[in-house]
Amino acid sequence: MLDGRSQVRRRAGPRLWLSGGWLTALALAAIFASFLSPHDPLAQDLFLGRMPPFWVDSAEPGYFLGTDSLGRDVLSRILYGSRVALTVALIAGTLTCLIGASLGLLAGYLRGWVDVVVSRLIDIWMAFPPVLFSILLIAVLGPGLISIIIAIVVIDWTRFARVVRAEAMAQGAMDYPASAQVAGRTRLSTMLVEILPNVLPTIVALLTLEMGIAVIVEAILSFVNLSISTDDPTWGGMISEGRVSIYQAWWVIVFPLITLFLTVLSFSQLGEGLKDRFDPVLR
Amino acid sequence: MADLYEVENLHLSLPDMTRKPLFGAAPRIEILKGLSFNIPEGEILGIVGGSGSGKSTLGRALVRLLEPTSGAVRFDGDDVTHLSEQALRPMRRRFQMIFQDPMSSMNPRHRVGRIISAPLRLHGVENAREAAREALDHVGLPRSFETRYPHELSGGQRQRVGIARAIALRPDFILADEIVSGLDVSSQAQVLALLERLVRELGLTLAFISHDLSVIRRLCTRIVVLHHGEIVENEPTAELFDNPRAGYTRELLDAIPLPDPDEPWF
Amino acid sequence: MSFLSISNLSVRIAGTTTRLLRDVALSVSPGEVHGLVGESGAGKSMIGKAVLGILPRSVEIISGQIELDGTDLLTLPPAEHRRRIGQSCALIPQDPMTALNPSRRIGPQITDRLVDILGWNRAKARERAVELLHEVHIPDPDRILRSYPHELSGGMRQRILIASAFAAEPKLIIADEPTTALDVTVQKQILKLIKEMQERHNTALLFVTHDLGVVSKICQSLSVLYGGLVVEATDVHGFFRAPSHAYSRALLAATPKYTDPEASLTPVPDAVITEVNAQVDAVDREWRGG
Repeated sequence: MLDGRSQVRRRAGPRLWLSGGWLTALALAAIFASFLSPHDPLAQDLFLGRMPPFWVDSAEPGYFLGTDSLGRDVLSRILYGSRVALTVALIAGTLTCLIGASLGLLAGYLRGWVDVVVSRLIDIWMAFPPVLFSILLIAVLGPGLISIIIAIVVIDWTRFARVVRAEAMAQGAMDYPASAQVAGRTRLSTMLVEILPNVLPTIVALLTLEMGIAVIVEAILSFVNLSISTDDPTWGGMISEGRVSIYQAWWVIVFPLITLFLTVLSFSQLGEGLKDRFDPVLR
Repeated sequence: MADLYEVENLHLSLPDMTRKPLFGAAPRIEILKGLSFNIPEGEILGIVGGSGSGKSTLGRALVRLLEPTSGAVRFDGDDVTHLSEQALRPMRRRFQMIFQDPMSSMNPRHRVGRIISAPLRLHGVENAREAAREALDHVGLPRSFETRYPHELSGGQRQRVGIARAIALRPDFILADEIVSGLDVSSQAQVLALLERLVRELGLTLAFISHDLSVIRRLCTRIVVLHHGEIVENEPTAELFDNPRAGYTRELLDAIPLPDPDEPWF
Repeated sequence: MSFLSISNLSVRIAGTTTRLLRDVALSVSPGEVHGLVGESGAGKSMIGKAVLGILPRSVEIISGQIELDGTDLLTLPPAEHRRRIGQSCALIPQDPMTALNPSRRIGPQITDRLVDILGWNRAKARERAVELLHEVHIPDPDRILRSYPHELSGGMRQRILIASAFAAEPKLIIADEPTTALDVTVQKQILKLIKEMQERHNTALLFVTHDLGVVSKICQSLSVLYGGLVVEATDVHGFFRAPSHAYSRALLAATPKYTDPEASLTPVPDAVITEVNAQVDAVDREWRGG
């Protein structure tokens, strides 16, 4: 048993550092995008269209990752795009988590009619096809950052609610909540002091996973032109535009794709790493 | 001596979720079918039965983790049968419980010190930390254990922490639910001897639930035998072992394999 | 002639020098029941797992022989090891509630072995299953073969697992705490049944348990384990009359007996634990030195 634990700990280290490092770098890029960007992400220069990245011979100095068909700097657009991506990830992820986890915790620990109501709500909710649902929502709300966030929260809270409910139920079936009751603790206090900390690692893992999903959903909606206005640089928008010229200028689509991939991967790995770190038995 | 617990015609039924129809309430299974007995102050009562006999349910009804369907449970003269959780709270410090599985009954994220002192803090005991340390002294564990997590302890040590938590509030009554069934024989005896000493030193009344008559012969002064939710025998320990009256009690005794290859058993 | 003969068997946590079994030796003959006794962590279940080749990946065998009918299993390629085990050994597991697949009917779960390993046809295997259920005193076998595990009680499931263990006429059965999860009254019936089946089929039985009472009723010989070390191996009558090792004596004295009330309050003395720990350390020192 002991060796199994130490192995988990050893693997958790670099995973946590690498994913955390990438996300920190991304956050800094988003905050200081205006200082870091070599060019205005919106500035077009048709004479400099489809310039390749720096290591190709015909590259234009100063445009490290090349330019798109309108002559806009790819690097600058990726840096500015991280603003939208991270804003959506943080706000939508957190809101989804708060709503879903609260409902799941209440349903799983209190059981009874609360559980009946929440469970039925989840069942009904999950019968809607999520992509259609989100496109419909944005069509009704109108495109924009807030609409995207609302769409993600509305669709994804069930993910938290389901998992947290099951976990709270499992914890509630143990003897330590009963022991707290014998000691005279109230139900609500037992839920918050005893149950919640034991469900927290699961919630954290889900939260980071959800942030990754939010980045993808935002990219998908940008891809189908339903995100924020098409002028502001977003990764999804860049991928969508780059698709047209993929044979002439592969870098326009490849660099935002890599960034997107690394970001989503980092979010999920960060969650797994934190989960292990939080577990007192593994620690 | 006065009776600490009076149990009268106690019935308890629970919903059977495995047979719950899609709509409407689940059918209820009657687990306790009209039990009546008393626990005099200072007694160590053994509650014995097989799985499904209702012994754990009875225990949980005594400390009001479960609410009886009908009948009465009186603790020190007060009717606690249907008291609300809120009304029970001030009384809870007087009846405590030790659980079967100490691992499951302790929050894995809390250290031993916090586990033992939590009930003290909830009841507003001043200097809960010092009281928790004294409880550790009582159960023969070093005070340094207060910074350990439950998973860092052996099974026997964990169960001692469970006992320390139960006695920390200086209750009048403790319910011990199968507390040695998960332990090796070497630590079983230590936990039982500890419990016996504490009952004497602290003047406790104890109900000890077990499926094993061998374990409780020495410890208990009186034994209640449960079978299918009914009391089939309620006798002083010596009387029960020397002259078991109920067929089920005899069956239980016959089923125990004594460590003696010459005794015909099958 | 022993059917199973283990010698010098050592198992360690993979990649460490911590041994979980320390030069274990034991043998079981056809018709013999050998008890493996010890407290949790003594390594008693691990011996059975090593024989069956189902050790967890976190531990590895570092030395020793496990001879089955004269052939050392540890020198065989894994596929051949599995084939031999499948043909001549069976397991009665500890927990009857999880040992049966909940989504399959009882019948195929008994006949699978006969069809897959012995190559019987379905009809013949089913006939044998009915016969086996009669043997383990299950009324109305046809109905039981068609039912699912959740429809049966714990005792009934353990009977089915016993039937299924004896199905392919194994030469060796390993029973891993087969009655620990059961009520005492059911335990007695199940032990009686195991004994009866074992005698009728003249099977070698390795019986893992922590309960000396059970050992005294069902075994002819036993090995007492502490920390992966066999501290005493002897016949049952000799053992219960006069255990030779201090740890065995203490264990026997600490076993609760309703005929001897004081035993339930007699702990294993610390001095005995110190002594047996020292013995384990001495064995390890010698092992490292050699």
